[in-house]
Amino acid sequence: MSTPMIEIQNLSKRFGSFVAVDGVSFQVGRGEVLGFLGPNGAGKSTTMKMATGFLSPTAGSIRICGLDMLADPLAAKSKIGYLPEGAPAYPDMTPQEFLEFAAAIRGLSGEQKRARVDQVIALVHLESHRHRPIEKLSKGFKRRVGLAQAILHDPEVLIMDEPTDGLDPNQKYEVRKLIKSMAVNKAIVLSTHILEEVKAVCTRAIIVNRGKIVFDGTPAEFEARAPKGAGEPAMDVVFRSLTTSDAVATA
Amino acid sequence: MRNVSAIFKRELSGYFYTPVAYVFLVIFLWLAGWFTLFLGQLYERRLADLEPFFTFVPWLYLFLLPAITMRLWSEERRNGTVELLMTLPISIGQAVTGKFLAAWAFAGCALLLTLPLVITVNYLGDPDNGVILAGYLGAFLLAGGYLAIGACISALTKNQVIAFVLAVVACLLLMLAGFKPVMDLVPESLSAVSETLAAIGLLTHFESISKGVVDLRDLLYFVTLIAFFLFANAVILEQKKAD
Repeated sequence: MSTPMIEIQNLSKRFGSFVAVDGVSFQVGRGEVLGFLGPNGAGKSTTMKMATGFLSPTAGSIRICGLDMLADPLAAKSKIGYLPEGAPAYPDMTPQEFLEFAAAIRGLSGEQKRARVDQVIALVHLESHRHRPIEKLSKGFKRRVGLAQAILHDPEVLIMDEPTDGLDPNQKYEVRKLIKSMAVNKAIVLSTHILEEVKAVCTRAIIVNRGKIVFDGTPAEFEARAPKGAGEPAMDVVFRSLTTSDAVATA
Repeated sequence: MRNVSAIFKRELSGYFYTPVAYVFLVIFLWLAGWFTLFLGQLYERRLADLEPFFTFVPWLYLFLLPAITMRLWSEERRNGTVELLMTLPISIGQAVTGKFLAAWAFAGCALLLTLPLVITVNYLGDPDNGVILAGYLGAFLLAGGYLAIGACISALTKNQVIAFVLAVVACLLLMLAGFKPVMDLVPESLSAVSETLAAIGLLTHFESISKGVVDLRDLLYFVTLIAFFLFANAVILEQKKAD
């Protein structure tokens, strides 16, 4: 692995007595696309929220491109592009206005800002809807607005919480193509419920269950864990066996 | 600074994306005019000043300004955009300041639009424009106080109605603390209590400024009040952002 751009060390998050994330450690290097998998409530989103600096961890450390998220949050955040779950955006703004706002905070201005906003709008195919209020857009377009916002400053680290959720097959294909095309010089983490997606775009998969990592390896290694001759997609079988048994301490 | 101005611009233009700004401006100006001219009997008094306007403006603010601040953070939390905002390279302090300044600038615009009242009294008589200017300064500072309280409370809840009601109550309490009819209820033996109340009350400080006495202590009161609630706003937001 090349120099790690995301370094997560012993990350934990407790909400009252509930342990959402329990001692998670992993690293992601340039060129890697890491698929974050797990059942609902396993701690995927919580981990991503801590990695992007939204939630502060109960314990552990986060380094983004060598910058400590807890000690120097603004510098670390400036390296990250983040698509939160559900792609939240200001509903009364148009994609154009919204992206210009995000660009201004990212430190772009004038001609540079205009050019970059045009560029990402073209990248996610938003041209036809750039001047419509975001609340009037369909789910697919809203997701694209969020994606455009995340890649606006050409970040070195890209973190996406369910980037293809709720998209139709064509849109999914487009988004995956976009992710793959950006993968070369970035470290990308995405969470998903679709096991097929891991095979399609990810170079590596991490499965979390009950706040702990239960698998960390390539999609091929993941698939190879299935017993021979299972009558259903192999990944589904492995996923279920990893996340439904109680005593899991592999990886 | 760049971040504060980006937030400021987004927020201020946000008022005009929706009918909020227009409804607010129309109602504010209509009520301000009506209170001043009819209830305050500007003409009948035969005095060239704007005292009726400055008597009513705190009460007008009490119900209208929380309507501006109620959405400030609660909407952000409900839409989930707070997650976006707090993962951009911007500090909580910058976000809080930018939003507050936008609300304050908007309230300032509404205040400026009452200028025809000033023109009217100048046309009808020969008012002391220095006192009127002090009154406007006082009203602007008072608006800042209300808005800082409202913004802070808006960070407490995802529900805009709750944010509105709590802000009205909080502002009302701070107003009544210096309101004469309330002060008269405090027995004379408890003069320490009434003095304390007068010292923290919004109206005491507003009234002395609007009478034309611009005292540093009154200015300091409003600056401290605003700073305190903005700080509280940032602390509450940090605690509540992910709830």
